[in-house]
Amino acid sequence: MTTDEKYKLADQVIEHALKNGAQQVSVSIDESRRNNIEIRNKQIDRLTESNTLGLSLSLYVDKKYSAHSTNRLKKEDLLKFTSDAIAATRYLAEDEFRMLPEPELYYKGSGSDMGKLDKSLDAVDAKTKIDMATKIHDEAFGLDERIISVSAYYSDGISNSVMVASNGFRGDSADSGVSLSASVSMKGETSRPSDYWYENAIFLNKLIKTGIGKKALERTIRKLDPRKIKSGRYAMIVDNMAIGNLLDPFYNALQASSLYLKQSFLAGKLDKPVGSKLLTIIDDPSIPSAPGSRLFDGEGLASVKRPILENGVLENYYIDTYYGRKLGMKPTSGSNSNVIVTPGTRDMATMVNSLKKVILVTGFNGGNCNGSTGDFSYGVEGFLVEDGKIVHPINEMNITGNMNELFFNLAEVGNDIKEGSSFRIPSMRFENIDFSGI
Amino acid sequence: MNFNRRDFVKIGGITVAGTVLLPPFLQSCTGVTLSKDSENYLNHFEVTPELLNELIRAAMEKGADYADLYFQHSINNYSTLEDGKVNQAYSNIGFGVGIRVLKGDQTGFAFSENVTPEAMLKAARTAANIANSTGKNVSVNIEELSAPNYYPVKTSWENTSIKEKIPFLQKVNDKIFAADKRVSKVNATIGDSTSYILFYNSEGRLAWDYRPMVYMYITSIMEQNGHVENFGVSRSARQGSEFLTDQLVDTLSKEVVEKNALLFDAGKPRAGEMEVVMSAGESGILLHEAIGHAFEADFNRKKTSIFSDKMGKKVAENFVTIVDDGTMQSDRGSLNFDDEGNPTEKTTLVGNGILTSYLHDRISANYYKVKPTGNGRRQDFRRVPIPRMRCTRMENGPHKKEEIIASVKKGIYVDNFSNGQVNIGAGDFTFFVKSGYLIENGKLTKPIKDINIIGNGPQALADIVMAGDDTLLSGSTWTCGKDGQSVPVTMGLPTVKIKKLTVGGTNA
Repeated sequence: MTTDEKYKLADQVIEHALKNGAQQVSVSIDESRRNNIEIRNKQIDRLTESNTLGLSLSLYVDKKYSAHSTNRLKKEDLLKFTSDAIAATRYLAEDEFRMLPEPELYYKGSGSDMGKLDKSLDAVDAKTKIDMATKIHDEAFGLDERIISVSAYYSDGISNSVMVASNGFRGDSADSGVSLSASVSMKGETSRPSDYWYENAIFLNKLIKTGIGKKALERTIRKLDPRKIKSGRYAMIVDNMAIGNLLDPFYNALQASSLYLKQSFLAGKLDKPVGSKLLTIIDDPSIPSAPGSRLFDGEGLASVKRPILENGVLENYYIDTYYGRKLGMKPTSGSNSNVIVTPGTRDMATMVNSLKKVILVTGFNGGNCNGSTGDFSYGVEGFLVEDGKIVHPINEMNITGNMNELFFNLAEVGNDIKEGSSFRIPSMRFENIDFSGI
Repeated sequence: MNFNRRDFVKIGGITVAGTVLLPPFLQSCTGVTLSKDSENYLNHFEVTPELLNELIRAAMEKGADYADLYFQHSINNYSTLEDGKVNQAYSNIGFGVGIRVLKGDQTGFAFSENVTPEAMLKAARTAANIANSTGKNVSVNIEELSAPNYYPVKTSWENTSIKEKIPFLQKVNDKIFAADKRVSKVNATIGDSTSYILFYNSEGRLAWDYRPMVYMYITSIMEQNGHVENFGVSRSARQGSEFLTDQLVDTLSKEVVEKNALLFDAGKPRAGEMEVVMSAGESGILLHEAIGHAFEADFNRKKTSIFSDKMGKKVAENFVTIVDDGTMQSDRGSLNFDDEGNPTEKTTLVGNGILTSYLHDRISANYYKVKPTGNGRRQDFRRVPIPRMRCTRMENGPHKKEEIIASVKKGIYVDNFSNGQVNIGAGDFTFFVKSGYLIENGKLTKPIKDINIIGNGPQALADIVMAGDDTLLSGSTWTCGKDGQSVPVTMGLPTVKIKKLTVGGTNA
């Protein structure tokens, strides 16, 4: 469906909804196509192709609210779907806070290109994709007799969407992504560890296409035959692949919905320190060709660069329109764009080498965080490192603590951001972390 | 395994425009005589037996060994109470066909959200590309699968208006607020789903299914002297609106308030290894994470599972028998047939301590030359089927709950969980404990909360040193994630004692 056709269909649904009793309506139409290839142990294991097209609809009827989505897009089906949805909405209770955003907050430009679409992706043939995956597969397969399985994956996707709101918003966007990844499993004395490596990019010609299988193999070899160590308080460095997991609960706690529903340990902490002075986080939607860049968010609000934490002080929450109204707070945006942690000066290896004894965490295994209190406990895997040398891999250990204390224990921020993600976070070093082991 | 509250409240629903407009009966010109039910399902998806065979031929035109078609029409509704009133509802409709082609153990897959012959033929030809020789002349005789119905429905969700769901949510709210003055917020959601399935494969098997599902999920927030604690409870079943009863409201409301209140007194245990007693019911997460995933035959076929060289070997004490069952009446994990058209069954994974079967899909059953166990499942028509669990549970053991607790000098008793995970090759599994107690000198003492427990699958299975005679199913809304696909599952366990697991906590 072309962008014009999507706008036309969205307009028809909105017109029908307004005629049938809705006072406000927003519609978005999202289309995507994705291609995945897996090569395993020298043969193609799986080829999949996916094409989706769906419509989402938010209805505001006599101060009552509901939202719906469908992939049945024949006009007569859609109009009946809309009428029935309006009828059902009338059974709900009124909610004075449900309204579309204030029109003055909408993005009003005509741009749709943030440099996030590789139009040439559609022209890449299957053989080229298979060859790329085969090449990284061959970087690992057969190189060590302990290897059980090597899988290499090529994946690409293009998506585009149109959004129209009845009080004046119209916008469209398109983006693409391509990735190569490899995973390796090996037979050790006591277990069969596996690990992986990936590279991703918006543009195929920017994608790193070699060294991926090799890195996956190296990462797996170093995990062979792990053991746990004594419970205790240790210094911890979390690498740049794993660190995002530790910031997840922090990000959940910044959401207006979490604040309102009393599931945020960061409630009431605006303008107060919530972590070490070393921690500065900026939400920046304006970086050209970055995965999280955007002109407007999921509600149509114009995107603005904002500090989230400055030297440990909480500067902004993520406030959407609905919960913002309930909390009496001005909307910022309910969702993140590019999250940039200001890097430090040393890379991870230098940080690790500077310590007598440290646990390097390279992955998390399960665990959770209580949003209301900030209490967390996570399974970890990684390495015991002494005087800059890996002593042995560790497994079957947990870290436990409270998010309100964890980021005050942040002792150093690395300078090694892994590109390709909307969360640009370098490795971090913490002190006094409770590990449970033997 | 992940029971993530956010997954539930973000999608939501209403009973609206669910059904498609049924076209007039499409005349078949193949002369095949089908049951009325099969005819209805073919009509529902606007296909004829002739078209089904044409799609299979297209899918196999490059020389594949096998192809299948999985038509699905799903209608999901969610109604949510917040701030004392049901003020938001959400719905989602998904419709389409997934076309899978196998050549040996290689898979080609594509789907179409549009069921016009042209769109479906295009998807079939895309999936066909996994093979690269000349097609055979496929000739198939349709055989209808006769499957039992493990989830009869009294009142379908399509015949249940949101008007009838609202009072149950309202009662939940009122009961919880009335039960304890410390309650400051209640959120509650009813999510219901109806799925029409039509399956056809290159062996001529034709099967249809009507799959209902419902859950009720409640979160309460309590505050005491500025201290905030939250707790969530849920129930789920493959049922129609007969699921919603006043008794359900009473049970869940009481449970959430009691558990939430307990958290104010709960602390963290000391970090390290200790004996762990797992309560009957909810603790079935132990089986799911510690061994269930590692028994899925794709991991074993690829030799990446830590159990891949243990078939027929002793893996647990004699009193340990573990099954994976898809045949239980109205159970969230039950299926009349799996998503590859194979009947489900009760599969014994561990019988009297011996590993007796993996969980198979078609590819792995062919590889191991065994009968499929009916574990080939998929999230929806947009994904390929892979081996998955259904209801994984352990049968009764010889001990009493009281003697199990009394046998522990220093350890913990755990009875509520939010999520778990496993690392298949390493065998390390975890589960996150929302509530439990310390055990000191054989007695439950101080409540504990919010700690992760980690162990090694084969070791933990061998370390089940006591098992109670009180096996119980968890009725909670468990959703299992694997390869980016979510499927509903259940689990059950008697009270068991594990000799040693690593418990998160403090070193202060």
